[in-house]
Amino acid sequence: MNETTTQQTDRCCDAGDSQPPCCEAQAADDQPAWVIGEINTPAGPVPHIATALTLADRLAAARVRLGIGRMSYAVPAGLYAVGSPDAASPVLVTANYKLSFDRLRERLGGMDAWVLVLDTKGINVWCAAGKGTFGTDEIVRRVSLTGLAAVVDHRTLIVPQLGAPGVAAHEVKKQSGFKVVYGPIRAVDIPAFMAAGMTATDAMRRVRFGLRDRSAVVPLELVHWTPWALAVAAAGLVAAGLTRGGFDITAGNWLGVRSAALVLAALVGGAVIAPLLLPILPAKTLSGQGMIVGIAIAAVATAMGWIPLARETVIETAALWLIVPTISAFVAMTYTGATTYTSLSGVRREMRLAVPIQIAAGAAGLVLWTVGLFLGR
Amino acid sequence: MLKYLSNVTTLHYDADKCVGCGRCAEVCPHGVFAGHQRPAAITDRDRCMECGACMRNCPAEAITVRAGVGCAVGVIYGALGIGGDCCCSADSSAGDSCCSDAESPDAQ
Ligand code: SF4
Ligand code: SF4
Repeated sequence: MNETTTQQTDRCCDAGDSQPPCCEAQAADDQPAWVIGEINTPAGPVPHIATALTLADRLAAARVRLGIGRMSYAVPAGLYAVGSPDAASPVLVTANYKLSFDRLRERLGGMDAWVLVLDTKGINVWCAAGKGTFGTDEIVRRVSLTGLAAVVDHRTLIVPQLGAPGVAAHEVKKQSGFKVVYGPIRAVDIPAFMAAGMTATDAMRRVRFGLRDRSAVVPLELVHWTPWALAVAAAGLVAAGLTRGGFDITAGNWLGVRSAALVLAALVGGAVIAPLLLPILPAKTLSGQGMIVGIAIAAVATAMGWIPLARETVIETAALWLIVPTISAFVAMTYTGATTYTSLSGVRREMRLAVPIQIAAGAAGLVLWTVGLFLGR
Repeated sequence: MLKYLSNVTTLHYDADKCVGCGRCAEVCPHGVFAGHQRPAAITDRDRCMECGACMRNCPAEAITVRAGVGCAVGVIYGALGIGGDCCCSADSSAGDSCCSDAESPDAQ
């Protein structure tokens, strides 16, 4: 552990080949809190990282879940040390998305290991694997840049299973000499996986999509669609107000208020209720499930008197019964991007049927609603 | 476990080429391929989400699948010709739900 010069050029703060050899200057004021020291290796000093997450780490993770400032959340690619690793310690590969990195190091408490962080442009393992940035080429490149072959004397990389769409294990072996063992899908299973001699049970190899997984995406869905729903609701409010009650958009604008409220309820139906109830809704497509929830919302609204049910309001009734399920169906359909089981071919087939229906029902609803405005009372 | 539409996957498997390495069973997140046997066997192809992991890791090139991300917003963007896939693109990182890492709180 004495020659510290040969390959350190490439190790630190990697952001490209033009980077200065190492980054003391930057490290002095820019050292992240999770770096707690340095370990000397035959390939140069390697940052020593903490395994306990701080409050700041957790707060940042919460912000990321709401979609705030994700791009600025990358970890420098390179090699890191956990515990007191030596040449025989395992090497775990991950993405340079801070949340992926945090989930991994959090589970390595008490272990001696190396963590090889790939440059995935700050994107998590699964998505980056789909795009190929978490892939064979980047692994081979990073193994060589970090001088990993001099740091460890074994030739095994533990790659998260969800990275497999981008990694050809046999190619990595051919090009770098390192054998790929796919680790478990969930970081929480890593201690058990290591204890079992790097073998995963079938359960560790399956993605799940339980209530907790489904609800984790709900805030992002809401953040994404709320501005649109608010705009539609506001437009309805103003349109109804202008037509019915002069420029007064509240008093005497009962239709506008109800319509706006129903648009927001339809959003909640598609973005919150449908994802949570997914397994028990009697439809296979997400849009079908959203539509069922939307119809239920329309039924409840009718029972509450928010959708009128009388001969003279039949146009308005029909309009709202068309609009509410359509919004819920569309928003729920977009949830396909957050699920762990929808295939592209399946989504295409779902959309071939659902999108024309949504367009027809939405347009008919809008026309009827407008007609109802002018005919009403 | 949730199951999506039947008979849509583009997964094709040629058992004659299989060398029985077991990689497909190791990498598939939905257990579509059965464990270590030769040749490997498909259990339930309707569970396939077309991630492409099995194809990428099959050393015998016995598997083909049109890999992609099953995301409606991505399909819409693609149809409108604005920016290819939804998932993990620059704008998704800014808050789009697609393919967000939140899809599995414990996944790495
Ligand atoms: S494409 Fe993915 S989900 Fe489908 S069989 Fe292959 S590994 Fe499994
Ligand atoms: S990865 Fe290919 S060769 Fe290996 S078991 Fe599966 S089908 Fe057979």
